[in-house]
Amino acid sequence: MAKANGFITIQRKNAAYRPIAERLKDYNEIPEPMSAEEIKQQAARCMDCGIPFCHQGCPLGNVIPDFNDLVYENRWREALDVLLATNNFPEFTGRVCPAPCEAACVLGINQDPVTIKQVEVSIIDRAYEEGWITPQPPTYRTGKKVAVIGSGPAGMAAAEQLNRAGHLVTVFEKADRIGGLLIYGIPDFKMDKNILQRRVDLMAAEGIEFQTNTHVGIDYSVAKLKAEYDAIILTNGAEQPRELPVPGFELEGVHYAMDFLTQQNRRNLGDTLTEPDILANDKTVVIIGGGDTGSDCLGTSLRQGAKEVIQFEHKPQPPNTRPIHNPWPDWPMTLMKSTSHEEGGKQEFSIATKAFEGSDGKLERLRAIKVELAFDEHGQRHFIEVPDSEFTIETELVLIAAGFSGPVQNGLVRDLGLKLTKRHTIWVDPDKMTSVSGVFAAGDNVRGQSLVVWAIAEGRDAARGVDKYLTGRVHLPASNTAIAS
Amino acid sequence: MGKKFGLPDKQGLYDPQFEHDACGVGFVANVKGIKSHDIIVKGITVLTNLEHRGATGSDANTGDGAGILIQLPHQFLVKAAAQAGLEQLPEEGRYGVAMVFLPQSQEQTADLEKVIEEAVKDEGFRLIGWRGVPVDNSGIGELAKQSEPHIHQLFVASNDPKLIGQNLERKLYVLRKVIEQRVRDCGLPGAENCYLPSLSCYTIVYKGLLKPPQIPDYYLDLSDPDMISAMALVHQRYSTNTFPTWDRAHPYRYIAHNGEINTLRGNTNWMNTRQAHFASDLLGKDVKKLSPVVVPGSSDSASFDNVLELLVMGGRELSHAVMMMMPEAYEANAEMDADKKAFYEFHQSLIEPWDGPAAIAFSDGRVIGATLDRNGLRPARYVITKDDLVVLASETGVLDIPIENVARKGKLEPGKMFLVNLEEGRIISDEELKRKIVTRQPYAQWIAENTVHLRDLGKPEHPSVGDSATLLQRQQAFGYTAEELRVLLLPMATTGEEALGSMGNDTPLAVLSERPQLLYNYFKQLFAQVTNPPIDPIREDLVMSLSAAVGTEQNLLDESPLHCRQLHMEYPILTDYQLEQLRHLDQPGFKTKTLPMHYKAEDGAKGLKRALSELCKEAEQATRDDYNILILSDRGVTAECAAIPALLATGAVHHHLIRKLLRTRCGLIVESGEPREVMHFSLLIGYGASAINPYLAMETLEEMYLQGIISNEIEHKNIVKNYIKAVNKGLLKIFSKMGISTFQSYQGAQIFEIIGLDHGVVNRYFTGTTARLGGIGLDGIATEVDKHHQHAFPRNPEPTRQLYRGGQYQWRKNGEHHFFNPDTVARLQHSTAAGDYRLFKKYTHIANNESEQASTLRGLLKFKAGNPVPLEEVEPIENIMKRFCTGAMSFGSISKEAHETLAIAMNRIGGKSNTGEGGEDPARYEKDANGDWRRSAIKQVASARFGVDSHYIVNAQELQIKMAQGAKPGEGGQLPGHKVDENIARVRNSVPGVTLISPPPHHDIYSIEDLKQLIFDLKNVNPQADISVKLVAEAGVGTIAAGVAKAKADAILISGHDGGTGASPLTSIKHAGIPWEIGLAETQQVLLLNNLRGRIRLQTDGQLKTGRDVVVATLLGAEEYGFATAPLVTLGCILMRKCHLNTCPVGVATQDPQLRENFAGKVEHVINFFKFIAMEVREIMAELGFRTVNEMVGRVEMLEPNLAIAHFKAQNLDLSPILYQPELEPEVKRYYSEKQEHGLEEALDNQLIVMAKAALDKQEVVEINLPIRNSHRSVGAMLGGEISRRYGAKGLPDDTIWLNFKGSAGQSFGAFVPNGISLTLEGDANDYVGKGLCGGRIVVKTPVGADFDPRQNILIGNTTLYGAIRGEAYFNGVAGERFAVRNSGVKAVVEGLGDHGCEYMTGGRVVVLGKTGRNFGAGMSGGIAYVLDEEGRFEGRVNLGMVDLEKVTGQNEIEELRSLIEKHYRYTGSEIAEKILLDWSTYLPRFVKVMPREYKHALTNLKDKEAVVQHG
Repeated sequence: MAKANGFITIQRKNAAYRPIAERLKDYNEIPEPMSAEEIKQQAARCMDCGIPFCHQGCPLGNVIPDFNDLVYENRWREALDVLLATNNFPEFTGRVCPAPCEAACVLGINQDPVTIKQVEVSIIDRAYEEGWITPQPPTYRTGKKVAVIGSGPAGMAAAEQLNRAGHLVTVFEKADRIGGLLIYGIPDFKMDKNILQRRVDLMAAEGIEFQTNTHVGIDYSVAKLKAEYDAIILTNGAEQPRELPVPGFELEGVHYAMDFLTQQNRRNLGDTLTEPDILANDKTVVIIGGGDTGSDCLGTSLRQGAKEVIQFEHKPQPPNTRPIHNPWPDWPMTLMKSTSHEEGGKQEFSIATKAFEGSDGKLERLRAIKVELAFDEHGQRHFIEVPDSEFTIETELVLIAAGFSGPVQNGLVRDLGLKLTKRHTIWVDPDKMTSVSGVFAAGDNVRGQSLVVWAIAEGRDAARGVDKYLTGRVHLPASNTAIAS
Repeated sequence: MGKKFGLPDKQGLYDPQFEHDACGVGFVANVKGIKSHDIIVKGITVLTNLEHRGATGSDANTGDGAGILIQLPHQFLVKAAAQAGLEQLPEEGRYGVAMVFLPQSQEQTADLEKVIEEAVKDEGFRLIGWRGVPVDNSGIGELAKQSEPHIHQLFVASNDPKLIGQNLERKLYVLRKVIEQRVRDCGLPGAENCYLPSLSCYTIVYKGLLKPPQIPDYYLDLSDPDMISAMALVHQRYSTNTFPTWDRAHPYRYIAHNGEINTLRGNTNWMNTRQAHFASDLLGKDVKKLSPVVVPGSSDSASFDNVLELLVMGGRELSHAVMMMMPEAYEANAEMDADKKAFYEFHQSLIEPWDGPAAIAFSDGRVIGATLDRNGLRPARYVITKDDLVVLASETGVLDIPIENVARKGKLEPGKMFLVNLEEGRIISDEELKRKIVTRQPYAQWIAENTVHLRDLGKPEHPSVGDSATLLQRQQAFGYTAEELRVLLLPMATTGEEALGSMGNDTPLAVLSERPQLLYNYFKQLFAQVTNPPIDPIREDLVMSLSAAVGTEQNLLDESPLHCRQLHMEYPILTDYQLEQLRHLDQPGFKTKTLPMHYKAEDGAKGLKRALSELCKEAEQATRDDYNILILSDRGVTAECAAIPALLATGAVHHHLIRKLLRTRCGLIVESGEPREVMHFSLLIGYGASAINPYLAMETLEEMYLQGIISNEIEHKNIVKNYIKAVNKGLLKIFSKMGISTFQSYQGAQIFEIIGLDHGVVNRYFTGTTARLGGIGLDGIATEVDKHHQHAFPRNPEPTRQLYRGGQYQWRKNGEHHFFNPDTVARLQHSTAAGDYRLFKKYTHIANNESEQASTLRGLLKFKAGNPVPLEEVEPIENIMKRFCTGAMSFGSISKEAHETLAIAMNRIGGKSNTGEGGEDPARYEKDANGDWRRSAIKQVASARFGVDSHYIVNAQELQIKMAQGAKPGEGGQLPGHKVDENIARVRNSVPGVTLISPPPHHDIYSIEDLKQLIFDLKNVNPQADISVKLVAEAGVGTIAAGVAKAKADAILISGHDGGTGASPLTSIKHAGIPWEIGLAETQQVLLLNNLRGRIRLQTDGQLKTGRDVVVATLLGAEEYGFATAPLVTLGCILMRKCHLNTCPVGVATQDPQLRENFAGKVEHVINFFKFIAMEVREIMAELGFRTVNEMVGRVEMLEPNLAIAHFKAQNLDLSPILYQPELEPEVKRYYSEKQEHGLEEALDNQLIVMAKAALDKQEVVEINLPIRNSHRSVGAMLGGEISRRYGAKGLPDDTIWLNFKGSAGQSFGAFVPNGISLTLEGDANDYVGKGLCGGRIVVKTPVGADFDPRQNILIGNTTLYGAIRGEAYFNGVAGERFAVRNSGVKAVVEGLGDHGCEYMTGGRVVVLGKTGRNFGAGMSGGIAYVLDEEGRFEGRVNLGMVDLEKVTGQNEIEELRSLIEKHYRYTGSEIAEKILLDWSTYLPRFVKVMPREYKHALTNLKDKEAVVQHG
């Protein structure tokens, strides 16, 4: 550690955001770039802890103190090596990760944590700028073929790892573009799609084959796949949205968040939409669900020119500071304000939706009620309606962002006859192999819906499992580990 | 059949090789050589008066051994032989007499006598006959009686009538060696109980397992008036163990030894290989009969005696031989003449020093003398009378001599020799004696013509160059991590020092680690504790030497110019350039050969084994071919070719050549990419390497420089230089930890213990090293090499090519396992903050680590099923919590808030907190208004004695003497000036801004008898407090603990290697000491074997974290438990490991006011922790069926290895030594159940307290006049304690109690005397005068009637005013070594002193009106000394590291000086004081002022501040 007292003398400073008025006019990324000198200053706040809780907090096991130190010492190139050793796509996580590392940062006990995410993204952005990121095709091919089904972050990570280990990888994607949720789920103002494309191009240049518009199990038989490939990894996500058992769900104007977000991303990419537009302009929009997707809908709605946006959350409003049972370094269950929340809209907590109402098959209003959290004698949580608290909101657009219930149980999962867990996710062993030999699974289809950073971690672990399965030896690192041993 | 008089067999963790001894030694002689019975009587009197320096075991009547060596009493023997019915003895000098110990059984004795008689006949002697030595065993102890031998005298005469004098003596020596050999080999029952104390025509030894007063009563011969001698050499033993051993009593044939040889293992190995090349005209063919010169299994003293005897019999004079084996510190001595330096340098090529603290008295019957080791770490005082009597002993006052008869009083100085030539009838001075010896040969010329120096060699033709293209790969092959580059190498290259760390070590032993380990990590450094002191290699560097040599050693029994044809190196780390110089060395007498240390990677362990045996053969052949510099090289590692671990190769070749008796024919140089940290180098040297070229470490540094990782502010040429400097410094630190001063003695000394290698590997490649638990073999070693090798040469491509990140020093995922990790820390904090026991159980579940992997030894153990008892029948947690302590963390290392929170918590639960070594604010002694108490029950007494005054001592419930510290055993510490703020300075009695150094040793504990004395001192001041002694676990700690128990400690703490909050060099954190499981089990076993366990409370600490840990500790023998890290974690510590940087972000380990505000710890959280621990303990107790902790102590049979653990390395461990339960008599107590007998009732102070009643009760002035003698120890301490108890810190008004004594005072005269007591002693005093003086006044004056110059004679002993705080002291005579060491406030005047004056002083004033020794003012950070420098030689004797020399010019200081000299004159009547005062203007300019630089600065700051206060 170069600077022993950096954390005492330097204040936390994050990247500034573009002015709200300006950013609402476009879909460009929100943060302003920070200078190298500023990043170096922030890196100097890292205390090089004896126990770096951040390193534990990161699902990938990013060796945060090491790259902080290297950045502080202006050794960016080595910082990049350290970062890439654990994280295939820091350009993604550096933008969209909620940064559990920062929640676990020791400095966070009694001060503002280190801006780890900012350092991360600065390292990788600089690496691209400097031309340090070039295709690294393997020097040696094992001759083994691996199919990766699904091109989200888990699939991409698995593909990159396996390709570098010398296997021939084909990525199958049912959509027309590579990236899964990265391409269509995440709004551009959070991550510019060029960032994604640049990585996909790089992977292709390293020898990975991408096959889009190919829905394995539907238009590409599982039997064929099994015959052609030595191993298969399913990284097809958890795309089954959780339904809202509420009358009026079928009304026009009630949509799943993901449909809404996808449309906007396609528009930004210049696509011509074939289905009817879902647009928020001049409407009162209600978003059901207080999570990240809900917040993405909020920002997108505002950009589309919504009249008013209200976001409902079932759970009560979280506290502003950590309660006693939620101490550092656990993820804080406190009130989080995303950039979208800064931009406008209203958040309402402890609300349950009772019904959608309208006429002519069109949504006109929503009935909702206040709820309270209560515990029964077994300690189970229940939401109890508050008497006489029902109310009605006039709305033309409701976006359901209530989460996902698991992988889509279509041809692929069924055809393979995979064992599932109680939570309807795919069962895997510690090497990420499913109940079918040679078939692996990783990402949301195993974990349930989760973060990009977890998806990458899953993908890395599955790649390790596949490599072990194919070669009998362990060359690839597991997630959570600095470098393989 | 009585017990064997040897030691018990090796069992459990006990190994007889750990036995140590220390002692009282002395002699009496008539200078003129006139024999009398009176000399023997006087010798015995001396011995009796040294009795308090010895020890007794569980049987109070059995001593550790005593004996006497005298000239052969011809007249008496003639009479005795006649009475025994033997023929008329030949005339004096024509026959030899042996003292023989024989078995108790008549039958066995008879058989063995036959063996001896045959040898007598075969060696050309005539048996005159046997005489039973009459003894009276009615007064000796039970244990002594059980093993009492038959004692016979054997009379022999040579068949060759011409064989007389020294020639006869030589033949008798050969005869004794032959007898010893034959007895060893005869296989007869009882042979192990046959021993010859002496066989000589000049001397005879009477000794046994006796206490001094028992000697004349037991050996009836000694009372016979015909028993006459001109000299008597006597010895009283203090063994750190009590096993009855008649043979180990001293004197041996030539010496009596007080001290310890630390380098014994190496010395013995070198001797064993040397003896193959012996040749001697004097001994002729007999030379072959002398092997083994060192009798196997001998103690250090006996081994020394064996070799000394050989050198003398080989034709050297006794004093010459002593000088060879114990050379002075000559290397850095500017005052030593060239001839003497040449003598020592020459002999360095013949034999390495036998290093360690030692006072050795020696005699061959014609001369008698004594010498001290180079450090002077043992006391030796002498008196010469006007009527030709010489008395030399460990203490003064051992024989009453009227002052008028005294011609001279002196003391031995470090490295100096004192000799009486009885034949010439005169005392020969050190100077004359050595002059004669060092000019025997033109040594200087021989060296000039033969010795080659590395620095003079020519330029090599092909200096090797690095290859940055393959660097990474090679680093990977040798297991480098990025962390090592950053944490280890970078600081070394930039600062020239090894980096510091904090919070100890919480990683598994190498053998329990999941990560591939370097072989070095299976070794642990040994270190000195109690039985000998560590050295301070920085402030006492004048005794240290790193110079190394290679070449062919010549016949030890001869000397010639060729003997010094060796190549000398200043230090043992070679650059690539230097290595090439050596490789291409072209000088007569040197031939270099490089041997590759490689094996075929794919062949694994088999390949490794084959390569090792080939390497050994090649080395053997090369040596036989007269190659005398062998370079073992691992350059050229490839995918196919892996490197043999350098340590394994070195150990293998070293021991192979020893076995082939070739080892001294060549030197080994290691050229390896593997070694990089200091520990690696110390190991390679410890197993025989003369020098190491760490080429890869250096290449790595070059690369780091090129890349800008090493700042370019550092000059390029300094990178490697700094690195080497750091390694060198680190090596000296490791040597000094064990009390070893020179490279040469350390080389091959194997001062390590091994944990985790199997006995096959150890016996073959690291022969003789302690390795108690077995472990991995060559297979395991090869597997670990292969893991690194594969990382470097992967068989598939890898996504990234970089070094492992590491994780040894900081936690990393997939790095080394740390017991404190995010999971354990977070859960421990959550559960104790929330008071949630269920959550706490989750924490203990992880911490106990039972399920997945076992990373501690206790994790490998499981409980056996017991007979459960209901939980409510188990004693309550309140009882259990009383056994809990917090660790010794000083206020200074942790914040006031953290320190006081811990104290309050422990006082609330009835446990004990510990001050640590930084003293304690007296304000904390009083309870707070709410009933809370911030006082620490345990008050620590550490080497710096910060704040240790009478008031502190009387406010302790327990006083803990810290002998070593887990994180850095054998080392001192330092609180840099910038961290010493006003509060810390106040509590530590110093000035803000002045660096506070903790010396490595306690300067009043160089041996076990010294520890006994300190315990006695403290017990006198506070008889109610228990005294505990803190030891750190290492091989042999049980033996030391037994000694400590005999030194009357009430409690012993066995500390694991892993704890420690303090700053410490990383090498020490990682590589010194062992887990408490082994140390505790060993201690319990040895205490039980000695029946000492019942009188000791046994505590353990070191990463205790759960109730299960506590139960395991209890079953292994502990009954109290220390916790440090875990309670700190409950206070918010998150193991930043930055304690040493003062940047602790949670306010725990910092003094920064801003950061201290972050402290969020709560008393309740700490209490919750201890409650939860006790709850878990209680639950396990119920399961195991124990209702009380006492029942559970030492019930090791309730533990068994957990066979379910499938760790690939741990499976090879054998835990049975830990689980061993010695067979015991029923009365042996397993837990603390009886009090120690401290013998306080005999203290003179009891009388003083009665006589001073009026002063104590009514503060009336009282004057007391009494005689005093050397057995009156710690005089004034108990009285002082009484005053502190009644009157607090301020004591009584000055001069309330006047104590006037006449005589020779015992040790610790005036120790810890507070305000109100004024002691005056007319006579002289022993060591430790005014130790801890805290307000009183001490005057020691040369008696009226003395006919000698006080400025030329020794008045008081060593280590005066150690840790003194306040008060005054006046001595009109000369003091010994280390006057005013660690003085922090006393004003003192003295008329001369020995070496190391004012060492580590931080305050006070010292006036010296005479000569000083060397190294004055070393580590002196505060206070001022005024030295009268009449000869103008003072400057050369000052250590200018921290002080400047100035003139005395300021008005204030002139007045201060004058007033001190006036007082000195007033109190002592000093002649020189009078002269100075009368002629002030002449004398004043001759005074030199010694001014510490920091102190000057701090005083200026203080003045500025005061000025601001006054004007502001």
